[in-house]
Amino acid sequence: MKNFKQLFISLIFFGILFSNLFANDNLQNKIYKNLRCIVCQGQSIADSNSDFANTIKSVVNDKVNEGMNEKQIYNFLSQKYGDWILYNPPLKGNSYLLWILPYVFFIIGAIVLFFLLKKTLKHKRY
Amino acid sequence: MLSELGNLSVLISIILSFFLIFFSLRELKLNLIKPTSKIINLSRLQLSFTIMSFIILLLGYLFSDFSIINVYENSHSTKPLLYKVSGVWGNHEGSLLLWINVLVIFSYLFFKKNIGVNKKFQLLTLIFQNILILGFFIFLVTTSNPFSKIFPVPQEGLGLNPILQDPALAIHPPLLYLGFVGSSIYFSAALASLISKFDGKNFATVSKPWVLISWLFQTLGILVGSIWAYYELGWGGYWFWDPVENSSLIPWFLMTALFHSILVLEKRDGIYLWVIILSILTFTMSVTGTFLVRSGILNSVHTFANDPSRGMFILTFLSIMIFSSVYIFYKFSPTEERSFKFFSKEFFILTNNWFMIFFLITVLIGTIYPIFLEVLTSQKISIGPPYYNTVLAPFLIPLLFIMAYGPKTSWIISKPFKIKKILFTLLISSLITFFIIFLIDQKNYLINILLISSLYLILQSLFDLFKNLDNKKQKKTFVNKSSLVSHLGFGLFIFFISLNSIMSIEYDLNIKVGEKKQLNEFEISLDDLKVYDDKNFKKFVGDVTILDNKNNIIEKLKPEIRIYNSPETITYEASIKSNIFSDTYVTMSNISRSEFYNIKFHKKPFMNLIWLSTILIVFGGFLRAIGRKF
Amino acid sequence: MRKIILSLTIVLISLIILILFLGLKTKKIYDTKDIIGKPISKLELKILNENNNFNTADLRKNNFTLINFWASWCAPCKKEHKHLISLKKKNIKILGINFKDKTSNANEFLKKLGNPYYLIASDQEGKTSVSFGVYGIPETILVNKDLIIVKKYIGPLDKNDVNKILEIVNKK
Repeated sequence: MKNFKQLFISLIFFGILFSNLFANDNLQNKIYKNLRCIVCQGQSIADSNSDFANTIKSVVNDKVNEGMNEKQIYNFLSQKYGDWILYNPPLKGNSYLLWILPYVFFIIGAIVLFFLLKKTLKHKRY
Repeated sequence: MLSELGNLSVLISIILSFFLIFFSLRELKLNLIKPTSKIINLSRLQLSFTIMSFIILLLGYLFSDFSIINVYENSHSTKPLLYKVSGVWGNHEGSLLLWINVLVIFSYLFFKKNIGVNKKFQLLTLIFQNILILGFFIFLVTTSNPFSKIFPVPQEGLGLNPILQDPALAIHPPLLYLGFVGSSIYFSAALASLISKFDGKNFATVSKPWVLISWLFQTLGILVGSIWAYYELGWGGYWFWDPVENSSLIPWFLMTALFHSILVLEKRDGIYLWVIILSILTFTMSVTGTFLVRSGILNSVHTFANDPSRGMFILTFLSIMIFSSVYIFYKFSPTEERSFKFFSKEFFILTNNWFMIFFLITVLIGTIYPIFLEVLTSQKISIGPPYYNTVLAPFLIPLLFIMAYGPKTSWIISKPFKIKKILFTLLISSLITFFIIFLIDQKNYLINILLISSLYLILQSLFDLFKNLDNKKQKKTFVNKSSLVSHLGFGLFIFFISLNSIMSIEYDLNIKVGEKKQLNEFEISLDDLKVYDDKNFKKFVGDVTILDNKNNIIEKLKPEIRIYNSPETITYEASIKSNIFSDTYVTMSNISRSEFYNIKFHKKPFMNLIWLSTILIVFGGFLRAIGRKF
Repeated sequence: MRKIILSLTIVLISLIILILFLGLKTKKIYDTKDIIGKPISKLELKILNENNNFNTADLRKNNFTLINFWASWCAPCKKEHKHLISLKKKNIKILGINFKDKTSNANEFLKKLGNPYYLIASDQEGKTSVSFGVYGIPETILVNKDLIIVKKYIGPLDKNDVNKILEIVNKK
């Protein structure tokens, strides 16, 4: 009975996991949000009302209609304006540490906690 | 006149700080049980003069005394009263004065409340706090004096940035300052506790209320700031992972970690050093955040007038703070050996700390990484919302489960969980999620799991709350209602922001007046554009109608473009129709040199519920603050 | 052990603070220096006042081409105009890209202030200029015959810029 329940729940879990086949976000909007408006103060292209943002939006629209995918559009824009325009820094030489460090600290935290626990286990034996 | 009075009371406050440090040092050596009334009186005097200097600046604003540069630059005689008042802290100099006021108020209250606790601890706390007060006073006087005069006296002020003229933003800074500047008091207390070899348990009891109070204000401050961004900025979002927002979030993580772990110290007399480290870090990080925001080292929405000398000063002060703390910690910290059992409240609380520190480090790295990269390699990159969402969101899942169990566990060793109950709750939350997914056709698996885990936390907290209300035997298991309420609030918060993120509908279109545009399930038209003249601005009001595909009018909205004259600024006022389940949000902006208008139309579900769940989190903290056992 | 941890902490903190100090001194203004050294995209541009197109590959014929982004509504463009004319007199080939402008206004502008360009392309929606990494005008880029961007100027050109451009062009 218990096994059956567990099986059932894991089935639901996996069902949900694999239902993720397509992203359902509007592609243009998603791209706007991931681009920095470089003439503004800390705004994304989606947030900004500036002239520059409007131009970039129409360029992104064109590129989407031409059939470019998200990555190609980011590549195109970062070639022209540098990585500064991307809010989601691509994983490469200058951003390895950025993406890895948080996890490193998480693991360090786990080790510290583990040692706190380990001592208790020893205590138990005595 | 006001300017001289202001300068005078600042000067007196500074002298009083010196006196306080001097006499406290002298009394440390004397053989007394508790500090003499001289110290208390000096402290009260310092409080009076510091508050007086603030009131003088306030009067300057109220009477529009433009001989004070600060008033001239940030106020205007025609401004509504509320914004004259909030103008005081709507700028760098005035906000620094408010900052100092919080330092002094907390210093006085802490001293007053703890008289007789331990003379050495008390005096040392006062000394450290006054060193901080002095440091910031010197900062105020040397680089940012709010009482500087201007000659000849201008007839009219330049006015407050219209984007700051909003009731939410009027109360946002004071709330936030009570939060993270308030953390200074346990910074000082922690250092004092180390030197005076103060008992850990007592330290916890003494500083716990202050941690809780600062956490309450910090949470409220962040909430109000977020509400302001949503209603006033007109970007259609409520959190942008902007460096300034991050700077307020970083101390929040530390405060949250601290008021959990301080319980371990109080109840179990453990992790003293860790609590001390957290106490020191909270204020250090608050100052670091202030440095990042005020020095102009980062590119952010909130631009205070940038001045490199200010950045230099704060950074120098920050380094002194950090190095002295490290020295004191190294010199005076006792050795400590502690360990915990897996199934105990202690362990759950430490797990909370583990996650909080992880969140903190991620946000900190994301905020300062661009600075480091630029200095070291002169490459510029941007780190925005996608980074934080990608790194942080998955870790919410285990956190939510842990939060569901934390409040139920008992100290030392807890009973093992009942697997059956866990599975049952999990089953129900999965079923609800399944139903939601079915209803809205959603395919993001991370969000799905987040929905399950937040529902799990919600159900578990509700279940425990009801059980707790029902019978009295729960006293034994140490379940605390206030933490259940806060955890419930957090579960609801994650639940609603997850739903909001997947169910939001956003359109961004360019349209002419009189034109109609067909979107997937809506039709939107800009029927008319009218121009009005208001007191201190001119506004263009659009008539936007939103129809569904059967041509029924869903909503009529009136977004505005405002052109303010003092100082000349264009703002975009969102038009928002909201009910408990969904907001309809429209902003309009002109596209230069064309007859097109850019319209952003958002359907944002559950916005009000997001705010409400945050208020529930605060309410839990509030319950604890007024509760008998604090 | 304690000593090691202490010294490590101090070294780490000092490093962070040092970097923050240096960070205070870096320029906060964004510039598109990334694009220097990269080739320009091969594009079809619409010629102003004509129905013809022009391909950027044709710029290979010139030893150097100065590409100037301008518009009649842009005040700083007026300021730099005399420098462009003086460059024209020194036989520099200047390709003008008219940015988000009305053709009639653009013609008016040139009639009044003179025409320094050997060719003018029209970019009414501003989209083409994105391919050149333009974000606000005036902007000027100098490309060599391999179509590589040698130099980039943001904002109006001044006398020093003119001399610098002449120096680069005349070196070969």
